Amino acid sequence: MGMATTTGPLLVLAVVVPVIGMLALLVMPFLGIRRPATVALAVVAVGVAIASAIGIDLVRSKEAIVYVVGGWAPPLGLQLRADGLSGVMMAMAALVIAAVALYARPQFDMAEDAPGGRRAFAFWSLLMGLWSALNLVFLGEDLFNLFVALELLTFAAVPLVCLDGKAETIEAALRYLVFALIGSALYLLGTAILYGQYGTLDIGTLHGRASANLATHAAIALMIGGLMAKAALFPLHLWLPPAHAGAPAPASAVLSALVVKAPFFIILRLWFDVLPEPPSEAAARVLALLGAAAILVCSVVALRQRRLKLMIAYSTVAQIGYLFLMFILIEPGVAPWTTIGWTGGMLQLISHALAKAAMFLAAGLIAEALGHDRIADLAGAGRTVPVSVFAFGLAGLSLMGLPPSGGFIAKLLLLNAAILSGAWWVAIVISVGGLLAAAYVARVLKRAMAAPATAIETRAVAREREWPALGLALCAVALGFVPLQPLDMLAIGRGALP
Amino acid sequence: MRAGMMNASLDAVLVVTLLAVALFSVLARQARAAVIGFIAFGLLLALAWVRLGAVDVALTEAAIGALTAPLLLGASAFAGTEKPASPPLRLALAALCALIAGTLAVIVLAAPEPAPSLAMQAVAPLGALDLGNAVTAVLLAYRALDTLLETVVVLLALIGIWSLAHDENWRDAPASPAAPSPPLDLLARVLPPVGLVVAMHLLWVGADAPGGKFQAATLIAAMGLLLMMAGLTPPPALGDARLRALVVAGPAVFLAIGLAGFLFPGSFLAYPDGWAKPLIIVIEMALTVSIALMLLLMLLGPGARKPSA
Repeated sequence: MGMATTTGPLLVLAVVVPVIGMLALLVMPFLGIRRPATVALAVVAVGVAIASAIGIDLVRSKEAIVYVVGGWAPPLGLQLRADGLSGVMMAMAALVIAAVALYARPQFDMAEDAPGGRRAFAFWSLLMGLWSALNLVFLGEDLFNLFVALELLTFAAVPLVCLDGKAETIEAALRYLVFALIGSALYLLGTAILYGQYGTLDIGTLHGRASANLATHAAIALMIGGLMAKAALFPLHLWLPPAHAGAPAPASAVLSALVVKAPFFIILRLWFDVLPEPPSEAAARVLALLGAAAILVCSVVALRQRRLKLMIAYSTVAQIGYLFLMFILIEPGVAPWTTIGWTGGMLQLISHALAKAAMFLAAGLIAEALGHDRIADLAGAGRTVPVSVFAFGLAGLSLMGLPPSGGFIAKLLLLNAAILSGAWWVAIVISVGGLLAAAYVARVLKRAMAAPATAIETRAVAREREWPALGLALCAVALGFVPLQPLDMLAIGRGALP
Repeated sequence: MRAGMMNASLDAVLVVTLLAVALFSVLARQARAAVIGFIAFGLLLALAWVRLGAVDVALTEAAIGALTAPLLLGASAFAGTEKPASPPLRLALAALCALIAGTLAVIVLAAPEPAPSLAMQAVAPLGALDLGNAVTAVLLAYRALDTLLETVVVLLALIGIWSLAHDENWRDAPASPAAPSPPLDLLARVLPPVGLVVAMHLLWVGADAPGGKFQAATLIAAMGLLLMMAGLTPPPALGDARLRALVVAGPAVFLAIGLAGFLFPGSFLAYPDGWAKPLIIVIEMALTVSIALMLLLMLLGPGARKPSA
């Protein structure tokens, strides 16, 4: 801990700087600022710098960064901790949020009291709240502190869904809220049981104390069940497609790329850091089966969608399914982060975040240029917004698992892990899922590249608005060049868990 | 001995009534009846917390009940007579709930004895913090980060509600809840001074005895709502800069004191020696104002078109 404490305050700043931005947005008249976007972009710049500094320090010191808040050591107090995994997650979040902010700026650049000011103010405030929540999810070491992070996330994410104010988006937001709150209640119930059993909520302390008994297993089952609803794991995914499809494009991008990953990250922590070893094989099989069902069912449903954004949203549910295959692919008794199953799962999480954000951003501009997002009538999009269609295609590579892309490496590692562990059905599901993804991406590209039969009316979109989506898609492709083996970065600080 | 018997029978009556009211609420056909049952359940639950010695929790339970009651009653007025779910679905849900409740019961009955707890550790530093109430120490010292971020959650919820307005009205005042009547008018003139004094008391004793900012803020919000329902005060415009400043004040003061901790004594959200109590009181006062305002604004809802007079 000695070396790490010098950069420890950065962990606090990663959580509170977006909050400062959010508070500043409410008192802009006193600060002499007129546009919410000005404040938000300044916070984004600082936030990216903080995430980079944390990443650089992790790589340099090869040790986890720890910060004890207020000097009150756990279990009484709270501690924040960044290991290699959280560092990578924070970098991913910072990258996606920065691209989304650049993309959203022209759309939400008005002053608060100008026409459209409501949407601008709400979007930037909620984006700030959401970023703080994500960083806390990645850094929190206390189960109740993580509950607070989930609450922050829910109340920032849900209103983003209905920024348009249409009746159907408000309905989608309400359904999302109900699922998320039931998930929170289950999570909190499990937390209370664990405290009753062990008298601590600190993950590090629980790691040593938790024993395999009914109470522990029931508590973790309740918590994972609640988190599954928030992560939209099949069959608890019903809320996701209308919510993610109804939000404005930049909001859809953060919701699909980042928000559903946060509950999954906490499931990982519970499974590998709290649950006493060895994790139940039956439970791992249930999670993997649900993941497989998500991949097969929702890919087929995605293929049948008429609207581009709904198709992308169903694809999110399918891609989330891959993450849950991980639990069955990691042999017990080995440090998980040294396995290719774990590495594949993490790469899937990151490459999906980059690719899916790119897809939603590109789809937003395609819809803006054509005035609709009906897949059947996409002809002409390739000519009007070529960069966006190209970005959509590149991101599609990652979803299909074709080289070169992060999705290719991720799915190859998962496939190898499945074959090595003899889980043939998992290998088949991964392959079929890739084919289905290829089908739904190709269906869109084929239409978008076609010349329109009759002259269509399009709206010009400034070329520079297309860059953020392309940038994210290129990052997803670049992930395809990481070596096919467990990554050192992801292992930093993992072994040191007390 | 007799007192023990007396208490045991009192607890038994409380438990049986709690179960009966819960059952009534679940089985009620009409939304309104279910809500009224639920409100009664909340009040009884507060009593149960008192019996368990958790007075802070009891006060919070009562405060939350008081705030949600008007919301639930209002919503139940809109709830149509929806067709009940199909019998197999209801059966499946009942089985699931029974399974969870049964497992919980087994776990609680088999809970370790004595329960492992941080209570002793939480009490030990109270002297150094100059506080008498361990709950306040948990909320504003040991786990101050949780409390700070929970107020941000409330703020996000408020922004979420504001974002539901129409574009042209979102900075205007919410629809007035005024429904003046002579009894309401009398209440609105008599109760607020008393309510404010009680709220100040709850806030002030919070450092050493059960009570604190949230309970005080709820009471103040309720008084504000009463004034508006009696038509004595109109709801404020949501774009008003001073209103926004008051909303932000609590979390901002908390965060500023937390950040100052980096410099002195050298840790985020730590208080310098001897300064813990005064700083905690400043934070609690600022939070009370902001939370009361946020709760009131949440009840009032998003900005609305002015009624054409």
